[in-house]
Amino acid sequence: MDYFLQLFSTGIIIGGLYAMIALGFVLIFKATGVLNFAQGPMVVMGAFIAWTSVALWKIPFFLAILLTFLLVVIFAFLVERIVLRPLIGRSIIATIMLTLGLYYILEGGIHILWGSDVRIFPTVFPKITLFLGPVIIPTTHFWGFVGGILSVIFFALFFRFSRIGIAMRAVAENQQAAMSMGVSVKKIIRISWAISAIVAAVGGVLFANISGLSPRMSEIGLMMFPVVILGGLDSVPGAIVGAFLIGIIENMAGGTSIHLLAGGPKMFYLLLY
Amino acid sequence: MSHWPVGIYKTNYSSDEAIFHTKFVKSWVILFLVFLIVLPLIANDYILYVSNLIGISIIGAIGMNILTGFTGLISLGHAAFIGIGAYTSAILSTKLGVPFFIALPAAGLISAISGMIIGIPSLRVKGLYLLIATLAFQIIFEYFLFHSTPLTGGPQGIGIKSATLFGISFSSEGSFFYLNLVMVVLSLLFAKNLFRTNIGRSFIAIRDRDIAAEIVGINVFKTKLIAFGLSSFYAGITGSLWAYHVNSISPEHFPLWLSIRYIAMIIIGGLGSIIGSVFGAIFVIVIPEILSVFASFVDINPGILSSLQQMVFGILIIVFLIVEPDGLAELWKRIKEYWKLWPYSY
Repeated sequence: MDYFLQLFSTGIIIGGLYAMIALGFVLIFKATGVLNFAQGPMVVMGAFIAWTSVALWKIPFFLAILLTFLLVVIFAFLVERIVLRPLIGRSIIATIMLTLGLYYILEGGIHILWGSDVRIFPTVFPKITLFLGPVIIPTTHFWGFVGGILSVIFFALFFRFSRIGIAMRAVAENQQAAMSMGVSVKKIIRISWAISAIVAAVGGVLFANISGLSPRMSEIGLMMFPVVILGGLDSVPGAIVGAFLIGIIENMAGGTSIHLLAGGPKMFYLLLY
Repeated sequence: MSHWPVGIYKTNYSSDEAIFHTKFVKSWVILFLVFLIVLPLIANDYILYVSNLIGISIIGAIGMNILTGFTGLISLGHAAFIGIGAYTSAILSTKLGVPFFIALPAAGLISAISGMIIGIPSLRVKGLYLLIATLAFQIIFEYFLFHSTPLTGGPQGIGIKSATLFGISFSSEGSFFYLNLVMVVLSLLFAKNLFRTNIGRSFIAIRDRDIAAEIVGINVFKTKLIAFGLSSFYAGITGSLWAYHVNSISPEHFPLWLSIRYIAMIIIGGLGSIIGSVFGAIFVIVIPEILSVFASFVDINPGILSSLQQMVFGILIIVFLIVEPDGLAELWKRIKEYWKLWPYSY
């Protein structure tokens, strides 16, 4: 029973992280209708940049995070400009293949730049270990969860109350109507990509804290599919709920192939109804 | 349609619809075939090996193009159907002693049936969601391969003896090349003819406007199922040939990556074009080989090589999508047009 509770709580924590990354994914999909296959590698990339800043260049953590954000945002802008712009209005298979191409470029690039060893993220968070009854929550998990929840709340508020947030929701809902209201759709799309990249980076850093840094982390990207399908491709609250559910199921079932398998039938089921 | 050279006029429908229109084209095709027949006698094993890979991939690419390029149904499950074909042949051949000339079509058939089953959801889901459904199937298939050891040999896979037909064993690269050549030519002819028929044209109609197709009287669901079936049949043949070629198959031969390679082949080659499938297959197979040769000259750390291949692959896909969306087939067509009218081609 204790073991189950432990798994359950880990599931919730991982779910929080998934929620964040799924958020980025859904953001891009809602704003542009593009399935960003490259979200997984973007997570890894963010984590690696942060790691390099902290471990190799010995930059203090807070600055390292800002640097990561900067680089990742530049990357997102580049992607949006060079790659996505020509593809407006093209068929869906073209955009999918495009993000797939991006996926391979990033995967290969990350491998080349950083090799395939597993690295440990240096300790940057103050040590807190929670003991909730029989359940132990180690430092990294705790901060992972806190980070995840804070991001989600932050974005929820951002979308609700800030001008840009509302504009983004407008664009996601109906691009033409938004344009006729004076919203610069191009700018909003660029911002969506940037935010998605930032969210991916934060998720990556938190995840790397929990389970070490390795290029295999991009499997997390594949995890996005059950999450967003479960929650609905264009629903932010759905993505959050889906993330927690998948996180829990995955942890309770234990082992990587099982959750992919669970994702499979789930997708079938959902798509048919 | 492009211009005919001076002096060629079509006097009936069958000549208008012919695959090879002019004597010029026909003679070049025959020359090319002769070249291919002679190739195993003059080329080394490595070139034959790559050619065999290309041949097998051409068949797979045609299958993919039938489904996605001509019918507009996007699928990430192609690798799974190839795998089904491969494993069917392997199991039939090793566990039941079924000879090659039955195991091959059987593989195609079983794949075709699986394809049609997977195609059933295509009634309810479109485009993006179909893609994700096929992705799910692909993943389930991989999992299944790994875990049903009694049937599929689990992670170790199955070993399979070379094909034998009329007493000849096709175990060397050269002999397999001939087998491959025959299969490729048959597949090409069948596919090219398919799109001159009723069914083929209804595939295209569905791709262009499926609601309009339904109105005109095409049974869209049935036709989609046939598309899935045919495409998977090609995939099954591809898988079966693959199994007989490498003599040992395992689950790692049929990952998602393979499905994506095939999609890349048809995008690079040209969606909705048979010759495009050929170009795309050649391109996608040859580029990594060129990279390996290049890497051995420039002395790159081998661990990086596969990542470099991945990166180059990704870059190429993106370049093609942006620069030449209709693929190599379109490029080829434009080159031909240019030379047809030369020197008046502007």
